[in-house]
Amino acid sequence: MHAVLVTAEGGDEGFWATAAPIIPHPLEFFFGLATFAILYYVVAKKVVPRLEQIYADRTAAIEGGMNKAEEAQAQAQAALEQYQAQLSDARAEASRIREDAKAQGSAIIAEMREQAASEASRITETAKKQIDAERQQAVVSLRHDVGRISTELASRIVGESLEDETRQKGIVERFLAELEAGEVVREKVGTAPTTGEGGDA
Amino acid sequence: MSIVATAVGAVSADFTPPGVEEFWQPLFGTDGAWAITRPILLSVLSVALISWWLLATTKKKAVVPSKGQMGTEAVYGLVRNGVAKDLIGSKEFMRFVPLLFTMFVLILTNNLFGVVPPMSYPTMGRIGFPVALALIVWIVFHVVGMRKHGFFGYWASLVPSGLPKAMVPFIFVLELITDLFTRPVTLALRLFGNMFAGHILLVLFVTGGWYMLTNGGILVVAGGVTWVFAIIMFLFEILVEFLQAYVFTLLAALYIAGAVADEH
Repeated sequence: MHAVLVTAEGGDEGFWATAAPIIPHPLEFFFGLATFAILYYVVAKKVVPRLEQIYADRTAAIEGGMNKAEEAQAQAQAALEQYQAQLSDARAEASRIREDAKAQGSAIIAEMREQAASEASRITETAKKQIDAERQQAVVSLRHDVGRISTELASRIVGESLEDETRQKGIVERFLAELEAGEVVREKVGTAPTTGEGGDA
Repeated sequence: MSIVATAVGAVSADFTPPGVEEFWQPLFGTDGAWAITRPILLSVLSVALISWWLLATTKKKAVVPSKGQMGTEAVYGLVRNGVAKDLIGSKEFMRFVPLLFTMFVLILTNNLFGVVPPMSYPTMGRIGFPVALALIVWIVFHVVGMRKHGFFGYWASLVPSGLPKAMVPFIFVLELITDLFTRPVTLALRLFGNMFAGHILLVLFVTGGWYMLTNGGILVVAGGVTWVFAIIMFLFEILVEFLQAYVFTLLAALYIAGAVADEH
């Protein structure tokens, strides 16, 4: 206690080197207060507001992010629903198209079948007509030939001069007409074919 | 045995263990009460360093923090949420956060100076600094308590409600001593004592080990072992330095919490 008093009077310069360590050095005590005050000022005015700002910004960012995520999820849900609706529409459309195609296909087949049938009948008709025409032609030509041949034969038998006369008088035509009419034929059928056959042979 | 005894005898003759004078390092001015000492310069340096660090790492105010900002935020979060919010409560803690954060970083930095060369001196090992900080805490928690409960209400709130009437004066005196004397003194002495003793121990291990290494003979082995222990003590001291900064801040928050609490 005495020593403290002496130091306070500024007498003993060596006091602080050996003083009890729990005696505060005045200037150190003062600097303890001063350094705290300065640092407190910096921290309270700048550092804490900045850090709190960071906290607030981060909270806002996280909340904003969560909102954004929710929005995105809702959008995704809407898109999914839309896709599903579109998909079911498309399925319905596809089945409708398939039905149509089936119906169309059967119609086409029926039409084709009909066409083919008519074509076939047309071809048959044409062929028949052609055959008829050819037959007619053959008949005409045969008739002409038979007339000529029989006339020639008759003229060879009767006399060559008969030919012109016979032609003029249409005897052969008349004979053949009678032949086709069938009345006279029968009497001469027995001779005529025999004659014909005999003539051919 | 006799060799060791003589060796030890020789040691005690030459080796002067570190003592109180180890902490007296006046640098400028007088050698007395107004000398500018090494811990004064270190405390000023610490404020400059801390201010620079805190301002630099929070300048960008980035939502996604850099490494520096992350470090600052970790320390700030420890004090803000781990100490202030938990103890004082989410309603009133925010106005004490600057105080507690300043306390923590200031004490921690000055403590760590004890093991970081070239500082190598724990500022809080000089009682003047812890006393100043404890005084600030003491004033703060009394003032906020009186503001909250009124002057008489505050003193009345020291006594827990529901005591038998006969016990009230007795408890009041005890609580008064705790409140006015024990708390600030222990707050200051705890920090001071840990830093002071820790530093003396470190100096003892290092200088003692060096002495034994340089004095040869069988003591070289002991010196080596001592230095290994010095390294362990260094690591241990870092832990103590952190813990003391934390405890000081924690207790300051606890005292403030007690003062602003609705029911004492």
